[in-house]
Amino acid sequence: MTTVINVPPSLDDQTFEQVLEQLAPVPIDEKILVDARHCRWASPYGLTALLTLAQTRAERPAFAAPEGEETVGYWARTDFFKYADELYELHGAVPKRTGGDSRVLLEVTPVTRSEDVHEVVERIQQKAQQIIATELSLDAKATVGFAMTLSEVCQNIVEHAGRGGWVAVQAYTWKKRLGRRVVQIAVCDAGIGFRNSLEGAPGRVRDDRWDDGAALEAAVIRGVSRFRDPGRGQGLSGVRRYCGRWEGKLSIRSGTARIALVPKWDEDVPLEEDLSPFPGAQVQVTIPERTAAKE
Amino acid sequence: MNHIDLGTVLRQTVSANLYSNLVTRPTGAAVRNQIELLMREAHERTLTVLDFSHVSMMDFSCADEVIAKLLLRYCAANPPHEAYFLFRGMTDDHWEAIETVLERHGLALAIEQEDGVHVVGVLSERERRAWEAVKRHGRAVAADLAGEMGETERDARSTLDALWRRRLVMRLNEQYVALGGERG
Repeated sequence: MTTVINVPPSLDDQTFEQVLEQLAPVPIDEKILVDARHCRWASPYGLTALLTLAQTRAERPAFAAPEGEETVGYWARTDFFKYADELYELHGAVPKRTGGDSRVLLEVTPVTRSEDVHEVVERIQQKAQQIIATELSLDAKATVGFAMTLSEVCQNIVEHAGRGGWVAVQAYTWKKRLGRRVVQIAVCDAGIGFRNSLEGAPGRVRDDRWDDGAALEAAVIRGVSRFRDPGRGQGLSGVRRYCGRWEGKLSIRSGTARIALVPKWDEDVPLEEDLSPFPGAQVQVTIPERTAAKE
Repeated sequence: MNHIDLGTVLRQTVSANLYSNLVTRPTGAAVRNQIELLMREAHERTLTVLDFSHVSMMDFSCADEVIAKLLLRYCAANPPHEAYFLFRGMTDDHWEAIETVLERHGLALAIEQEDGVHVVGVLSERERRAWEAVKRHGRAVAADLAGEMGETERDARSTLDALWRRRLVMRLNEQYVALGGERG
């Protein structure tokens, strides 16, 4: 039996929850068809999360590509299908990638080793400078912090996930929630997740509340790491500071919980629990255009 | 005085030799090991210039591995040898990560800029006054510096010894010497 999982028309970190809700009751070894035929748009989170989803299945899932020519062409230019082809049985017309896209700062890229992080950072720097200073009207200093942020969130996979994941970076106008240009980093993996990672942390106080939400709070808010080394945990703290300085948003989903550092322009909740389970960690960083009123 | 170009060390350390960013913990650990290897050939007391001029950017993890762990090792009670560091070529692109790890570990370091050598990081007011006094003199004994520091000779020596243990000034017998050359 094949269970059809419908991909919503607009796929981002919020609507991906609809995908996971459909997936929750389906046994891991049961065949699924991820039906994206009616999907018209996907954020970098949506694209990387779809690849991650395939990694969580015991049976190779099927994938119906978007029917919209523009959508499927854009997904091809992000290299989504290059990797989806390895993870899914692809159905539908999938074009070959032709040329680049100015909205794509970093195509969907696998991250497994430290060298991958080097590669990602080197590739992003020049484009990031142009996007951040020109399109987002941020201080040039924000460019370096952006590359550092990208590096640290990618390292989260290398250091903690226990298996490879995906990163993508795009710039676009976020009409629905913000009405401004944003640049967005998405890093998704299907690894062990924050709770499992922190369960081996030295000196962890075992209390009644130990779940995915508590693990995310410990790692993101208090900088707890599974390593005894006191220098650990600075990466995510740095990402938090960067988001705070540039009015950005950081959200991390792991297991059944999702934590967010919510800027003034957003109405997200700081901690959401009892979500549909999904392995690993899914990180999103959104940096918005600076508005004239701020200057 | 040793001079270590971190850009060269980075390219010798990571598999692809085109990278110019100090990122990731494994890279940081490998770069630190290479620095220590180069220092092993040095004498009992060394001043090493760590030159960032050819490093584009450094992330927090790498700063922790390269800078914090190096300083912690050589400022510890039993360091491999008496080593001092002077950091050159640092820009704003490096500074955020460095400042963060210095604060995290309560460390300080000497940086060389166009207008001379400065000390940055976590220092008490007494330590900062003492460091400035040594810098002004280039080389002096505690008795000569006590007045400027506003301390008794005994207290001045105690503060200067603390700076020496942190490897922010050199100590040659009874004399304290500024990093980066004596005045005049």
